[in-house]
Amino acid sequence: MKVAITSKGATLDSPVDPRFGRAPYVIIVDSDSQEFEALNNLENVNRLKGAGIHAATMISEKGAEVLMTGYCGPNAITTLNAANIKVVLEIGGTVKEAAELFREGNISYSDAANTEGHWV
Amino acid sequence: MIISVASGKGGTGKTTVATNLACSLDTEVQILDCDVEEPNAHLFLDPEINSISTVNTAIPLIDETKCTYCRKCVEICRFNALTIVGETILTFSAMCHSCGGCMLVCPENAITESKREIGIIEHGQRGPLDFVHGRLRIGEAMSPPLIKQVRSFSNPAMTSIIDAPPGTSCPVIAAMKGVDFVLMVTEPTPFGLHDLRLAVEAVRTLGIPHGLVINRSDVGDDCVREYAAQQNLPILMEIPFKRSIAEAYSNGKLLVEVMPEWRDKFKMLFHKIENSLERGDDLS
Repeated sequence: MKVAITSKGATLDSPVDPRFGRAPYVIIVDSDSQEFEALNNLENVNRLKGAGIHAATMISEKGAEVLMTGYCGPNAITTLNAANIKVVLEIGGTVKEAAELFREGNISYSDAANTEGHWV
Repeated sequence: MIISVASGKGGTGKTTVATNLACSLDTEVQILDCDVEEPNAHLFLDPEINSISTVNTAIPLIDETKCTYCRKCVEICRFNALTIVGETILTFSAMCHSCGGCMLVCPENAITESKREIGIIEHGQRGPLDFVHGRLRIGEAMSPPLIKQVRSFSNPAMTSIIDAPPGTSCPVIAAMKGVDFVLMVTEPTPFGLHDLRLAVEAVRTLGIPHGLVINRSDVGDDCVREYAAQQNLPILMEIPFKRSIAEAYSNGKLLVEVMPEWRDKFKMLFHKIENSLERGDDLS
């Protein structure tokens, strides 16, 4: 299963970025094979508005089924729910540690935003 | 003639100048309160409202049975108000700027125009003064379409005075674009000067003749006067920092009601504006 984890860098040792839409990278980890792909999120970081909506679209297109991040706003959550991506919030530590949490099943899913939108 | 009263910094006295000017002139006057996020001219004018209208802005309505998920609408929307995930198209109407691009590019004609309420307009009178203001819906972020609707009440047979919102962004531009004169109200403080510079830049970019009113003119320092001299900005009026003026304001009274001698000063301000426009002074 593909798990998307927001990250400050492009490697598994990078710290998790608590922001979803404007994290510099989103790392897609395959929980079965342990392979990973770092997605550069620059296009969404630089968006005037709608970073969360389009970051959600991007990980959906990459086939992610789970997102692990710190915070999600209402528009991001709407998009993630529509894409059937399960969301794990309030994640810290490194990307590798987050992936471990997922493997251990030591997580709980959330379907509501835990921060306000920035623009509306 | 349309005069927009603007400032840059908030709380400098735009409403004081706009309302007192409107109530001092002998010609037919209307006041258009375009500070739709927090209109306050009515607090001083106490108009009798005789019509209320709802203002809507266009948003896309998508017929999902026709949508082929081609993403053309998503790609053209620079405000990111649309996205497609799998076979679901989502619209975020609060982010839509009503440009209509999505409707134009949809090859399936799956998008039609729907609407979202952005606020109301109240129209009324205070004696001979025509009064219009907009009230932005609570939670709405987009004020320019409502400001444009308030301005559509502008009557060419009257002198229109616009009370503009503070700042220098889209709402202020919507309240200044195309007017005959921008009266900039400032205060002689570093903060007042900082935001005045931004406002002057904006007005000059729009190419509109403009002049200054310095409010609370005897506090602060000389920075605004020095700037005005350097920039060749005419100072058309000064209002001192006086307890009697502050008391009138805090009681919701017009300066010209409590101190009728101010009526002539506001008339003089208007004549200075008229004269400079007649002479074609290069104030833009």
